[in-house]
Amino acid sequence: MKKAAIDEAQLLKEFEEKIEAEVKIEPRDWMPDAYREHLIRQISQHAHSEVIGMQPEGNWITRAPSLRAKKILLAKIQDEGGHGLYLYSAAETLGVSRDQFLQWLHEGKAKYSSVFNYPTLNWADIGAIGWLVDGAAITNQVSLQRTSYGPYSRAMIRICKEESFHQRQGYEIMWKMMEGTKDQQRMAQDAIDRWWWPALMMFGPHDTDSPHTSNAMKWKIKRESNDRLREKFINKTVPQAELIGLKVPDDQLKVVGKDQMGEPMYAHGDIDWDEFWRVVKGDGPCNKQRLDHHINAHENGKWVRECAYAYQIKTNNQ
Amino acid sequence: MQSTENQGKLWEVFIQAKPGQPFKHAGSIHAYDKEMAIENARDVYTRRNEGIALWVVPSDAIVAVTASEASSFFTPAHDKVYRHPTFYDLPDGVKQM
Ligand SMILES: [Fe+2]
Ligand SMILES: [Fe+2]
Repeated sequence: MKKAAIDEAQLLKEFEEKIEAEVKIEPRDWMPDAYREHLIRQISQHAHSEVIGMQPEGNWITRAPSLRAKKILLAKIQDEGGHGLYLYSAAETLGVSRDQFLQWLHEGKAKYSSVFNYPTLNWADIGAIGWLVDGAAITNQVSLQRTSYGPYSRAMIRICKEESFHQRQGYEIMWKMMEGTKDQQRMAQDAIDRWWWPALMMFGPHDTDSPHTSNAMKWKIKRESNDRLREKFINKTVPQAELIGLKVPDDQLKVVGKDQMGEPMYAHGDIDWDEFWRVVKGDGPCNKQRLDHHINAHENGKWVRECAYAYQIKTNNQ
Repeated sequence: MQSTENQGKLWEVFIQAKPGQPFKHAGSIHAYDKEMAIENARDVYTRRNEGIALWVVPSDAIVAVTASEASSFFTPAHDKVYRHPTFYDLPDGVKQM
């Protein structure tokens, strides 16, 4: 064996020992290329999702039904922008620039969560997003707090602290509507009917069909499988729906047992994977609108970046 | 224009949570100048009263030990166990020291 190959084998061994011992990997540490690439893809996709996810909710800021609701929604959306920034910073520690991430997004090379390619048709959708979409995101993010890459783990811990209000404000909207008029109840039911399945799809394909899962689990980038996380979300959420009188739109949903706490565990019906892949590949109701909006916002902000740079040079305020 | 890239250069953010506590690294942000850096740091990292004081430092001003040097760099500390109180024997009967 050549010396380089021996060194590489030794480095990989040390890396895997650290992973085994739950020692976090930091930006300056040696890591396998495949580990770095997986993280670049996963963290940037996560960052893009936070930022693109501001659009469907932003659609309702000007039409929020009260000043209270508007203030809450603004704060929630501002948090999502912040989450995007934490995650871009974490991703940049892997040696890719901020502009490069945006370019990959704009060229369609980087993905974001497909759930944000669905439209927000009325106010109940804002409730359904906070409750179901943020609820699904939280389930995933709580698990990722234990991810093996230090900067990603720290971003997740910070994000999880901020997320719980997101889900509660959404659930509160749904609950108030269910306490309201017949029309409001119908709107709330219509919203869960449309958002339930896209929320389940957020966890990704079944473990058996998930191309990136095995290395990611081995190196502890992911700590729990897609199906396991999806089950956790369903078990938590179905009782919440029933409590306020909403029907989960799944005829095959049934209780299959109880967990250690005595809470029900559910089996769910088939997910429409054709729809999932159609939306992932760009053919959802709002894919083009979401991306165009992001590109325009970035291009329209160019003069701001130029002014800020000119000011920095002029004042030598660096 | 080369330097409009990446929404400004990189800064590291440190937060002091309460009086008397040390500043702790919170993360990083992009900004073109000091003022923008401290305002961005406030907006991104202290939306919930996480701190009473804030530092921002240009990332390229931070000097760090690389991981590969770390073990030799810190060796001088390893063989001086007499720097720790547990190194010393005490006669029986000493209750507190
Ligand atoms: Fe978020
Ligand atoms: Fe959120």
